[in-house]
Amino acid sequence: MNTTTATKPAAVASKPERRKRPIDYKDLTFNFFNYLLLTVLVLATIYPFYYIFIYSISDSIQAQKGVTFWPAGFSLEAYQTTVKLPGIMDAAIVSLSRTVVGTLITVFCCSFFAYLITKEELPFRKAIYRFVLVTMYFNAGFIPWYLTMKTYGLQNSFLLYVLPTALAGFNVILIKTFIEQLPASLEESAKIDGAGYFKIYTSIIFPLSMPIIATIAVFAAVGQWNTWFDNYFLVENPKLQTLQLVLYNFLNQSSNLSNATTEQLNRGDLVRTLTPQSIRMAITMLVTLPIVLVYPMLQRYFVKGIMMGAVKG
Amino acid sequence: METTTASQTGKKRRFKSSHRRKDGYKLLLAALPFVLIAFAFSYVPLFGWIYAFFDYHPGIPLSKTPFSGLDRFREMFSDPWMGPVLMNTLALSFLSILTAPIPMLFAIMVSEVRSGWFKRLVQTVSTLPHYISWIIVYALAFSMFSTEGAVNTFLMKLGLGGAPVDVLGNYERVWTVQTLLLLWKSVGWSAIIYLAAIVSIDSEQYDAAKVDGAGRRRTIWHITLPSIMPTFIVLLLLSISNLLSAGFEQYLVFSNVMVADRIEVLDLYVYRLGLVTGDYSYSTAVGMFKSIISIVLLFTVNLLSKKFRGQGIV
Repeated sequence: MNTTTATKPAAVASKPERRKRPIDYKDLTFNFFNYLLLTVLVLATIYPFYYIFIYSISDSIQAQKGVTFWPAGFSLEAYQTTVKLPGIMDAAIVSLSRTVVGTLITVFCCSFFAYLITKEELPFRKAIYRFVLVTMYFNAGFIPWYLTMKTYGLQNSFLLYVLPTALAGFNVILIKTFIEQLPASLEESAKIDGAGYFKIYTSIIFPLSMPIIATIAVFAAVGQWNTWFDNYFLVENPKLQTLQLVLYNFLNQSSNLSNATTEQLNRGDLVRTLTPQSIRMAITMLVTLPIVLVYPMLQRYFVKGIMMGAVKG
Repeated sequence: METTTASQTGKKRRFKSSHRRKDGYKLLLAALPFVLIAFAFSYVPLFGWIYAFFDYHPGIPLSKTPFSGLDRFREMFSDPWMGPVLMNTLALSFLSILTAPIPMLFAIMVSEVRSGWFKRLVQTVSTLPHYISWIIVYALAFSMFSTEGAVNTFLMKLGLGGAPVDVLGNYERVWTVQTLLLLWKSVGWSAIIYLAAIVSIDSEQYDAAKVDGAGRRRTIWHITLPSIMPTFIVLLLLSISNLLSAGFEQYLVFSNVMVADRIEVLDLYVYRLGLVTGDYSYSTAVGMFKSIISIVLLFTVNLLSKKFRGQGIV
């Protein structure tokens, strides 16, 4: 075992060069510090996530005395209790549905609009495109936004979560740039076969634009999952509460939380086995988990997408 | 033969153009809903700026509200809160601009990593914080730095440090703490654009430098850095145009009794004036003032960029 691992790097590095020159110590120290520093940064990023994870699965009472690297005992009670807390399940459903519905709407609107903009037959094409792009550069401000949403009757409505984000200038630029570099002949042949614009969009443009659309879908989904601003200011209906806001409230009103949980706990017979801190950790974990799970799988994909946009846009 | 083909193509063209016009209408009709969406959610709110010129109180319709002209804007100069709020906003923006080279350095470090899996790991992990909400960041920071958090518990275990330190409630250090949190959340993400720039550097330059006997540090200094400098400058200029938008969610979430005074930024102030105090008109005026300065800054910076680099950034 040892010999194979030892010979491998030597085989990769060009041997003759090595012999000619003595080991480059400067290079070695550079590598050492570079790897060391990056490792420290990776740990600093990962550790907080790891910490809430081990805390949330620790035995609550033991965890209170401090966990650092390993869970203290093992218990899933924090999760079992968290899931039963009033409002949590509703909030999870709201968060999940706004993520799915909002993402679908954004993806459809941005990609279909981007496709329309690439059609030279579209009258006032440039003007329409600019009209949408300019929205990237200004923002009316908080109060005008608040009053407008109220006027539209979006207060306490699920539509508030998914409608205003439908069309984003930046996404349109990315998709449009992508569609423009697709071969035009594909579309022409479909047209000769008698396909209409919408048919061409659904059966040719959309599938071919998958790389960029996936990128935008991930952005939109993450954005939807994370947003709580609209909920915080315009939705009072507890049935429409998002998971993020539930977490925020839990973190903020720690006294209320402990009261509520103690009541909860008294009803069950978990009294001496759970602390509010454990519940807090479990909730944080529930809100974070979807992102932590989904993100690494897609990350490389959309980094590519962004680079594409950065280079061309 | 020739004449017939000519008339045929002529017919075809005429047919095509009328066909095209019909297509045009169809496309216009299809584009209309999207124009309406953009109008409804981005342009219509702009009409709300009108509130800044009235003495509006919720419940009384605007038509019965006295017109106040520029009074609301004059109010800003005598507002005792305005000074500290602007100070906070500028200080926090300035600190985040000071940390702007860090993502660039980070990208260079990552690009110098030879092992593929380690590079991927560093990139994946470092961008993760960008994808979580400020609420989750708050939850994580709380679990780390509160008096019962991981850091204090750890120090206690080691027997170091007397009383637990409340990092998130530290009045003196709040700007530093918030800047570091922002850096933690954004460094990996901001590095992506530099990584893209580094990848696009012609590798022949490195080969040539190596032949001339340049080491790693010299190639970084003489090739990588100068090649990504333009990207750095563009991003720096853009951040200057965002000087007055210091980040609403972050400071709203991290605000607590101990530090509130020092992290109340302009956006937070606008929200507090509007929804907490109920002064819609003044709040809109302050928000409008902010938007206008931001747009002016953007165009100034763009103009400067055009003058000195020959190309704009907008």
